[in-house]
Amino acid sequence: MSEPILTVDGLSVSFRSPQGVVQAVRGISFTVGREKVGIVGESGSGKSMTGRAILKLTPPSAEVSARVLRFRDIDLAAADERAMRGIRGDRIGMILQDPKFALNPVQTVGRQIAEAFRIHRSASSAEAKERTLAMLEAVKIRNPRRVFDLYPHEVSGGMGQRIMIAMMLIPEPDLLIADEPTSALDVTVRLSVLRILDELVSDRGLGLIFISHDLNLVATFCDRVLIMYAGRIVESLPAVELHRAQHPYTRGLLDSLPRINERRERLPVLTRDPAWLTA
Amino acid sequence: MSAPVISVRDLRVSFGRGASLIHAVDGVSFEVAEGEVFGLVGESGCGKSTILRAISGLNTEWTGSATIAGRPVAHRRDPAMARIVQMVFQDPYGSLHPKHTVETALMEPIRIHGLDNGARRIDRVLTEVGLSPAFRYRYPHQLSGGQRQRVAIARALILEPRVLLLDEPTSALDVSVQAEILNLLSDIKRMENLTYVLVSHDFGVIAHMCDRVAVMNHGVMLEELTIEDLMRGRMRHDYTRELYEASAGYSRRLETRADEADAAA
Ligand SMILES: Nc1ncnc2c1ncn2[C@@H]1O[C@H](COP(=O)(O)OP(=O)(O)OP(=O)(O)O)[C@@H](O)[C@H]1O
Ligand SMILES: Nc1ncnc2c1ncn2[C@@H]1O[C@H](COP(=O)(O)OP(=O)(O)OP(=O)(O)O)[C@@H](O)[C@H]1O
Ligand SMILES: [Mg+2]
Ligand SMILES: [Mg+2]
Repeated sequence: MSEPILTVDGLSVSFRSPQGVVQAVRGISFTVGREKVGIVGESGSGKSMTGRAILKLTPPSAEVSARVLRFRDIDLAAADERAMRGIRGDRIGMILQDPKFALNPVQTVGRQIAEAFRIHRSASSAEAKERTLAMLEAVKIRNPRRVFDLYPHEVSGGMGQRIMIAMMLIPEPDLLIADEPTSALDVTVRLSVLRILDELVSDRGLGLIFISHDLNLVATFCDRVLIMYAGRIVESLPAVELHRAQHPYTRGLLDSLPRINERRERLPVLTRDPAWLTA
Repeated sequence: MSAPVISVRDLRVSFGRGASLIHAVDGVSFEVAEGEVFGLVGESGCGKSTILRAISGLNTEWTGSATIAGRPVAHRRDPAMARIVQMVFQDPYGSLHPKHTVETALMEPIRIHGLDNGARRIDRVLTEVGLSPAFRYRYPHQLSGGQRQRVAIARALILEPRVLLLDEPTSALDVSVQAEILNLLSDIKRMENLTYVLVSHDFGVIAHMCDRVAVMNHGVMLEELTIEDLMRGRMRHDYTRELYEASAGYSRRLETRADEADAAA
């Protein structure tokens, strides 16, 4: 692999609270090239905080530190808020876990996407609208012209998610951090959206961080996968080998998945081992 | 089969007007027997949530007829229906009021319906969903996603309904918490003899929970099949097969096939 697009070394995120310090991310290191890197792990393991820390979008109460946090030739660790504003959306996009919170409730979804385009590329409003409609079509929205004029509360869960994806892709970023981007999509639309991302990686050299609970999807879609537990990366594998993972935590996550070809009376749930915290 | 607990005939719901008119649900009929789990799958935006909102009485703008536990669903607000049918939503964040404690959230329906023994009911329902009674004093931000979904289920159960409508109840949860919630839903169904309608995009979840599943596309139901048939890949419609195959995960090959089918349609 050539120069990584993103280098993360020793990233930590912690929260100070009256009950003590919560360590959300504990000194993790990884790189992302022109590839699809999956991050999986149970709820609260630090996946979203990792993604947010890269873009400096952690809550104000969070303390973030890293030995290295570099995007291409830019030292993100040293970048101030003004510099970050130029990077966010334009060069690094992030699809947030909850699209309903990320969209402006009082503006039509079409205007919001068109605006995202115009902020990053100088274009007439007619051109921005054309691009927006094309993008909505690309993410398999039926009848883009109708949806262009809808408000966020008028779209279904899966439509909202695709609107967010369209909004993040339209400025053509170099790195995309996608936090549960397809959890609300039906399986065939999901594959169409993934194909768009896949093509951007192979044709345009996009780097993709794909955060997901869906282990089967990550195993089949990503190139590599990082498995997080309690703020650490406990295992890192080529994605095709995910189903042969060795760590008992990863095995536990895989076992708890309901299966389409086998009915079990009860689904096993994780029994956590304190040793996982130090391993 | 005994008389169905849910019976829906020619349900239609539309939104907008003129060029933006859409028939979100375009003549849907189905029946669900007592104690059965009926799955609903289909394309995003095909009208699954809209069906649940109509038969639970959240949305009153629809035509057709629906009966739940022998009681016709009214085309206007009908508070009594809340004691027969309740809904659980996908989003455990949005479905609880951020400034209300668990106790306040659970007390509200008790108060509205003028039930006695509020405190006892709350203890019972919290225990039933696997939370200790001490959770009653917590606010939503003090709960994990899985705990929030347990509270949402507790709130749905507090009026002792016969039917739960579950709209992607675990898609926002991690796989281990999903397993906990699915086990919980199986347990309370058995204990309370409930009937479920379950919307999910995950065929694994559908196969694990349901007895039958209906496949929807574009506001209509294409087919209904037993889980036996689903598991063996015995479906009639190409769209159902596409969904079934796509649920195996990503592959460029499958993807191309789905696209060709799309273009041909
Ligand atoms: N504002 C905050 N104050 C204190 N702790 C926080 C705050 N936000 C997040 N945390 C903690 O940080 C940890 C990591 O959270 P994060 O959102 O990264 O988890 P996640 O892996 O994305 O989980 P999920 O799969 O549920 O989205 C959690 O233990 C969480 O409780
Ligand atoms: N209040 C509304 N105003 C206008 N259109 C609406 C409204 N509510 C729903 N719709 C439309 O009805 C259709 C069906 O939406 P619904 O939420 O039922 O889909 P769904 O099958 O639940 O999809 P998903 O799997 O994405 O949640 C969509 O085209 C949506 O845009
Ligand atoms: Mg997260
Ligand atoms: Mg829905």
